[in-house]
Amino acid sequence: MDIQIENLTKSYGPQKAVNNINFDVKTGEVLGFLGPNGAGKSTTMKMITGYIGIEKGDIRIGGKSLTDPESNFKQHIGYLPENNPLYLDMPIIDYLEFCAALQGVEKTKIDDRIKEMIGLCGLNREKHKKIGELSKGYRQRVGLAQAMIHDPEILVLDEPTTGLDPNQIIEIRKLIRDLGKEKTVILSTHILPEVEATCDRILIINRGNIVANGTPETLRKQAQGNEVLKLRIEDGDVETILKSLNALDTVQEADLVHREENLFEVQSVAQQSSKRNIFNLCVEKKWVLTELTPLETKLEDIFRNLTVN
Amino acid sequence: MHTIWTIAKRELATFFDSLIAYIILALFLGFSGFFTWLYGNDIFLVGQANLRVFFNIASWSLFFFIPAITMKMLAEERKTGTLELLLTKSVSDREVILGKFLGSILLICIALTATLPYVITVANIGNLDNGGTICGYLGLLLLSIAYTAIGIFASSITTNQIVAFMTALLIGLFFQIIFGVLAQNFTGSLGQFFDTLDLQSHFESISRGVLDSKDLVYFLSITVLGLYLGEWSLSKRHIS
Ligand SMILES: Nc1ncnc2c1ncn2[C@@H]1O[C@H](COP(=O)(O)OP(=O)(O)OP(=O)(O)O)[C@@H](O)[C@H]1O
Ligand SMILES: [Mg+2]
Repeated sequence: MDIQIENLTKSYGPQKAVNNINFDVKTGEVLGFLGPNGAGKSTTMKMITGYIGIEKGDIRIGGKSLTDPESNFKQHIGYLPENNPLYLDMPIIDYLEFCAALQGVEKTKIDDRIKEMIGLCGLNREKHKKIGELSKGYRQRVGLAQAMIHDPEILVLDEPTTGLDPNQIIEIRKLIRDLGKEKTVILSTHILPEVEATCDRILIINRGNIVANGTPETLRKQAQGNEVLKLRIEDGDVETILKSLNALDTVQEADLVHREENLFEVQSVAQQSSKRNIFNLCVEKKWVLTELTPLETKLEDIFRNLTVN
Repeated sequence: MHTIWTIAKRELATFFDSLIAYIILALFLGFSGFFTWLYGNDIFLVGQANLRVFFNIASWSLFFFIPAITMKMLAEERKTGTLELLLTKSVSDREVILGKFLGSILLICIALTATLPYVITVANIGNLDNGGTICGYLGLLLLSIAYTAIGIFASSITTNQIVAFMTALLIGLFFQIIFGVLAQNFTGSLGQFFDTLDLQSHFESISRGVLDSKDLVYFLSITVLGLYLGEWSLSKRHIS
């Protein structure tokens, strides 16, 4: 099920928590929602899941507007709110049963679903406890289990891996990736490597406005502009190599980084790559090219550039 | 309907899990029993008259205990954030309100059922007017739904259980006493007006065995209004 968000706005008093944002999420896509604290990520998620009303604009799920009284969109969404609120006085299994019943899972299938979720979220060891007796990470797992109990087509996860141990983080990320192949997933996080590990597309939001939207690669390209290569060329005189590199017509600038190790950094002119030219140059001069690495802008840098102001 | 029942069942299970239900039941029975014994000690002489004392005292007990039952229903969920999780399930605001309402009514029905042995004892001793007894229970039930609706509304406007309890009691106080007092102090149409609002007089006429549609309409109006206001306040999500 696709999600379309059009001109969505939400204010708290004079402050615009979400300011006229537009984006789509397609089936089979995992969208990573990034942004500094107070950017409006949770507010957007609360509107998508129907907890708070839409002030201006529209959200369409599977083509139907949320404001349409006919659309029973909540049934198609699994939601893990931030801070993971749970009924602490309920046993895990009773709680999952309650959630399944509310989400319209057939009575005969509820037990199987609960078993599946307990396995999937690694709850087996603790399954007979009350939620209040669980550690933070296990509560997070219960939160994930209740979100997925009815096998929803859309998952909205607000910081899903907080409090999980490293093993569980890896498992949950893998789970999200797998789910994301058939379902529509929106997740917010402050852990940038997590986005690279799980998301097909990144949306960066700052003070209620979208400041970037694209795959990690396109964002890098946009942020970076010209290609930068790190080279190691051996069996030649350093000065000659530097001069020849600078003479290549796709190269804007070549610098020597480390004389003893024959390390160079080459920046190409805009929209052009120098990789082929460098390779051919080395072949021609009988130099040995032992390293050629494109230098990528780190996601952290992109994030900082877009959100620090 | 299925959803409302699921929510009501959870409420009831939570009550009995947390001992609160037992404490409230024990206090309710103890309170009603004690005062009925205190004021109705001529139990062996008059069967039906004595039950009327019981119904009157039970109505006061319910007046105090219903706010204690309803106070946490929405206030606590709002405070801990579970309301967000509940309302993003495929559940409407109305179903949440009705589920909570049904849950507390069921608890009250259990409490009222627990008073039956007392009635049976009276019936064995003296002659009992069955119709009157049924009307007495009907009156208690109608009073309960009205106070429960008020309690749920009070719980919907705050995140603090104590505030919810006090608010419910304060609103209840108007129906239980203040309108009655005002009715006595004003004459003419104003007095008539307050008399119509007074819950005690409606309750008494039912528990005397007089079934009048006016009384039914009265209790049902309070209930519907309370639940409606509760739903309305729930739809305004941001009260802290
Ligand atoms: N109930 C509320 N009342 C008033 N303002 C609110 C409320 N909820 C959120 N806000 C404001 O809206 C803005 C966006 O908040 P939101 O929770 O969406 O941020 P976020 O991107 O999820 O941040 P974080 O990374 O810290 O979770 C913040 O400035 C916040 O103060
Ligand atoms: Mg947030």
